[in-house]
Amino acid sequence: MATPNTPLWEVFIRSRNGLAHKHCGSLHAPDATMALQAARDLYTRRGEGLSIWVVPSSAITASDPADKAMMFEPAESKIYRHPTFYEVPEEVGHM
Amino acid sequence: MYTQALNSPEEGSLAEDAVRASRFQARIDAEERIEPNDWMPAAYRKTLVRQISQHAHSEIVGMLPEGNWITRAPSLRRKAALLAKVQDECGHGLYLYAAAETLGASREELVDAMLAGKAKYSSIFNYPTLTWADIGVIGWLVDGAAIMNQIPLCRCSYGPYARAMIRVCKEESFHQRQGYEIMLTLCRGTAEQKAMAQDALNRWWWPVLMMFGPPDQASQHSDTSTKWKIKRFSNDELRQKFIDATVPQAQYLGLTIPDPEMTQDEQGHWRHGPIDWNEFKQVLAGNGPCNRDRLAARRKAHADGAWVREAAAAYAEKRARRQMAQAAE
Amino acid sequence: MTAPSIIVSETPLVLYTLRRADDALILGHRLSEWCGHAPMLEEDMALSNMALDLIGQARELYGYAAKVEGRGNDEDKLAYLRDVRQYRNLLLVERPNGDFAHTMVRQLFYAAFADLYWRGMMGSTDATLAAIAAKSEKESAYHLRHASEWVIRLGDGTDESHARVQVAVDDLWAYTGEMFGADDAERGLIDAGVAIDPTMLLPEWLSIVSHVAREATLTLPENDWMQQGGRDGRHSEHLGHLLSELQYMQRSFPGATW
Repeated sequence: MATPNTPLWEVFIRSRNGLAHKHCGSLHAPDATMALQAARDLYTRRGEGLSIWVVPSSAITASDPADKAMMFEPAESKIYRHPTFYEVPEEVGHM
Repeated sequence: MYTQALNSPEEGSLAEDAVRASRFQARIDAEERIEPNDWMPAAYRKTLVRQISQHAHSEIVGMLPEGNWITRAPSLRRKAALLAKVQDECGHGLYLYAAAETLGASREELVDAMLAGKAKYSSIFNYPTLTWADIGVIGWLVDGAAIMNQIPLCRCSYGPYARAMIRVCKEESFHQRQGYEIMLTLCRGTAEQKAMAQDALNRWWWPVLMMFGPPDQASQHSDTSTKWKIKRFSNDELRQKFIDATVPQAQYLGLTIPDPEMTQDEQGHWRHGPIDWNEFKQVLAGNGPCNRDRLAARRKAHADGAWVREAAAAYAEKRARRQMAQAAE
Repeated sequence: MTAPSIIVSETPLVLYTLRRADDALILGHRLSEWCGHAPMLEEDMALSNMALDLIGQARELYGYAAKVEGRGNDEDKLAYLRDVRQYRNLLLVERPNGDFAHTMVRQLFYAAFADLYWRGMMGSTDATLAAIAAKSEKESAYHLRHASEWVIRLGDGTDESHARVQVAVDDLWAYTGEMFGADDAERGLIDAGVAIDPTMLLPEWLSIVSHVAREATLTLPENDWMQQGGRDGRHSEHLGHLLSELQYMQRSFPGATW
């Protein structure tokens, strides 16, 4: 007997005020309301959360690992975007 | 633990695959984690789906022997702890199914395979929990053995599996302590309680040693699993580690390990007597004392819940349609 | 050898607290029976969470009842060493789980009451009860939400689920009236501000339940005959079986520590 598939959801949790929501896992639920409750029951049993987002897994568009070089390597050479690229004499103090 | 494999794995030529395979192995050797969308050899994917789903099934079937005592736990404190623990096993099953799903398998097809008797789960859960002491022994030894197996898996080469195991290990840290505390209370209690504890240890000891799998020279999967860093210690190594950790704990309880041949060697390792691998084979083949009961219980829950899942799906569809109609107005 | 039942001196406050403790324990026990057998794994998690909330409430209430009684009883003696006639829970909470529809309707009926009840009890002049109420109110608010969502899905789901959940509503309706009763023992506590008057909660309870029923396309029964007796230990046949399981260890091994 084949079972119809229940949609998959990705769960993001803000663990403390001031922190961003972080991906913590996934679950199955028939709709968004139940997904939110299931996320609460599954991922915050030990007081891990203050806020939950659930997103249908099918709504996520991911970069292709095959494009990794094209997507991410060009940024690696732009070292002038980092503060350590610039020299400031020590006497000037923290900047 | 991550979204489903988003891009369908493309078929490459054999020559291309050889290049990819060697690049893949180089990444593994460099201790890099493999993520869902990364290229991976079909056999790696297959091995992982098999191992992770078996692990998930074990968590879910494992709810049954302990669940057998939730309604009879001897105090409210024990009742709450046991329920929370069995609930954790369910959560761990869920994390693991999700990890398997990142490899392109759906939970439904994995569960269907288990219910059809086509997928394996840990042999240990095919033994019955007869007395309250069994709950103590399961926490102390079965969870203890599971932790031995699971800690190295936190460094498994497959990212979603490793992350699931980190979460599982963190949550399981109370399980073994819970079990040992039950044993300690029994062993400090009446003569009848202590006898109950010894009896449970006698029944579970050998099946627990079998949890680590067949001896190294007989294990089928270990070589490739080791090469792929899915497995980092051999069955015998983990078994030995477990025994060395457990014997002093048993001594502290004043219980006797039911192995007359158990001796300590010069290096301090406790060496066990012969394990009855025929029993192990029989349990795996479906002939353990509870195989049929366990599968029947899971099948019943699945069948009894079908109308609920159908209702939820039907409602979701209705609601989506209503929302569409509203938006169109 | 079996452990005999204890005798509890049921002063009004002890009796009052025991009744609420028994509600929480028996319903928590019923929900815990689902663990490992729910329609989906996510629901195993949810049902266990609700059971744990209720068992937690029961423990605090038993602890307080034992303290008020002051005869050396404790939470476990009160839970495990009283027989069926000494149990004071509502008939509703001892109803067997039945199918998932029965469990969720029972949960809806009870949680809709408990949420209002505990919210009111946060103003109790009894500091311990007020503190227990503050914690329990948040828990029951979630139970109410979870049960409502399910009843709506089952009611407005498939023909089969609609029929099942309507049967559950019809079966359980007669056990709801008992929640709003108060006997003479409780009247004194109500007058003293220790307890709230449960009859006052009925209109809001009806409005919550009717709203869910409407969303779920369910009909609430017109029959207003209500079963009574749980508060005085006149239970259904089901409770004895539940207790024989719950109390098996404590009864079989008198005086042992676990």
